[in-house]
Amino acid sequence: MELFTNQVLAGIATGAIYACMALAVVMIYQAIDHLNFAQGEMAMFSTFISWQLMQWGVPYWGAFVITLALSFVGGIAIERILFKPLAKAPILTNVAGFIALFAIINSSAGLIWDFTIKQYPTPFGSSPFLGSQLISTHQAGMIGVTLLLLIGLFFFFQYTRIGLAMRAAASLPESARLVGINTSWMIALGWGMAAAIGSIAGMLIAPVVFLEPNMMGGVLIYGFAAAVLGGLSSPFGAVVGGFLVGIFENLAGTYIPGVGNELKLPIALALIISVLVVKPAGLFGRHIVKRV
Amino acid sequence: MSAAEEVVAEGHQAVEAVPKRAMTLGTTTSLVVLAALLIVPLFAKNFIIFQLTMLLIYGLAVLALNILTGGSGQFSLGQSAFYAVGAYITAVLMEQFNINYALTLPVAGVICFGFGFLFGQPALRLSGVYLALATFALATAMPQLLKLNFLEHWTGGVQGLVVTKPDAPFGLPMGQDMWLYYFTLVVVLAIYIFSVNLLRSRSGRAFMAIRDNEIAASSMGVNVALYKTLAFGVSAGITGVAGGLSAIAVQFVAPDSYNITLAISLFLGMVVGGVGWLPGSFVGAAFIIFVPNIAEGISKGLSGAVFGVLLFLVIYLVPHGARQVAIVSQQLIGKFKKN
Repeated sequence: MELFTNQVLAGIATGAIYACMALAVVMIYQAIDHLNFAQGEMAMFSTFISWQLMQWGVPYWGAFVITLALSFVGGIAIERILFKPLAKAPILTNVAGFIALFAIINSSAGLIWDFTIKQYPTPFGSSPFLGSQLISTHQAGMIGVTLLLLIGLFFFFQYTRIGLAMRAAASLPESARLVGINTSWMIALGWGMAAAIGSIAGMLIAPVVFLEPNMMGGVLIYGFAAAVLGGLSSPFGAVVGGFLVGIFENLAGTYIPGVGNELKLPIALALIISVLVVKPAGLFGRHIVKRV
Repeated sequence: MSAAEEVVAEGHQAVEAVPKRAMTLGTTTSLVVLAALLIVPLFAKNFIIFQLTMLLIYGLAVLALNILTGGSGQFSLGQSAFYAVGAYITAVLMEQFNINYALTLPVAGVICFGFGFLFGQPALRLSGVYLALATFALATAMPQLLKLNFLEHWTGGVQGLVVTKPDAPFGLPMGQDMWLYYFTLVVVLAIYIFSVNLLRSRSGRAFMAIRDNEIAASSMGVNVALYKTLAFGVSAGITGVAGGLSAIAVQFVAPDSYNITLAISLFLGMVVGGVGWLPGSFVGAAFIIFVPNIAEGISKGLSGAVFGVLLFLVIYLVPHGARQVAIVSQQLIGKFKKN
């Protein structure tokens, strides 16, 4: 039983990483209706920017805020320059665009900061949290930040004018335009917010997985899985999905014989697919009603 | 956080409708292309012949994906898994059971068809991104499954298997590479003609009806579940044959050569070639084989970025892929003839 609780705790700790990423994935899915394959690379690039700022002597929180602002602007710029012209193109062409963006960011980061693994500082310290060896103060801090972010997003989308406008633009673009919402800019805003949330995720994840251009590969897969499991239309679902995936993965590695590290990912994914077969819109997602 | 009744407006489908006739090339063009494919290797070096062989093989795999996505409107990021199964079946049959290479291909095709058909069953309940994730999971799981201990006796585990290259039969005076090229060409042609006819047949029309409007299709008596899984099966079967051919051409199979990067390449090939346009598959295959090399040639350190920029250029200029180029040039020729 103790092994079980410990594994669940460790799962929650890694799950926090996935939850962060899944939240960014859901944000952009809400705004543009696509899964952004370059999301992880955008987060990685932001994290590198913050690292560079710290190398230049900017204190952690200063670098944090500057990076957040830069990522927000960067996300909007990417949408305006690269993806707005593709708005009328077929969906699959857009997906190819994400893959292209992925390649560009990954390779530029490799050229600017090279592929050596770098240490990344944490503001929370890395001593054991409440005396447990499995969860460090950094991981606890990460969970805290994820939850804060979630609450913040909830209020933003539920009670602010601009949040409501974004929701309207995402769910019924034509009607939203009729009531005077600039839907095109709402999409750009969605990109900016997703980039900013992604940068938070990146800066929180970097102390755990270390900083390098390929740090997000694995995390993004889990982030997608978490977002889909929780339901792509629900930020709350994404966070719950993230924790569930973390726990799944740890328990599968511990209790199913012969699994080990290699098969953790396939098993976690298989479990998610089984959930999706039973609940095709994810755990907290809403079924999309189709007009015939 | 979405509105209570999220409504997808009609006509807002993921894959655009491509009319049946627009899916193939005209007779004259086909014959010219075929003649070029027959003659070129006689004047080319071995390495170029090998690259052409790979182009045909990748083209076949992209074609398979095109039948699934362009034909029946289902996504797949898991084609690399079927490709891997086909490659391994061919390699294992050839090396462990000493079966003739030509006979291994139908086996690979049939087994992959079954595999795809079965995978299509749970995939029935999923669509769009959810299906993409499910197939994606298959693609990430495949290299790990091939490394499993109890299969190692046949698959050679992480090391993979070395495959011997076949010689030209009947004492034909040609090198191994050239023979393999013509052998591949025959197989690819046969499957291409099969696919064109499949899409023109009753089943093909059923695929397209499902792609354009699933509910309308089912109300007209199309067995949606059957045809969707069938599309998966056919696509997987063709991909399996492509995988088998690649094992013979590359002479080596290893779990990690069939990872998610391969699946993404095939997807890019389909988009660049034009979704739903079968001849475009080979244009797309050329893109995914040659453009990374060109990018590497332009800048070693930034090859990924150059590749990305080139890809962006292509999708800006022709968002509908090579099909758009074909249609535009056809119209130009038409105007030219009138004058």
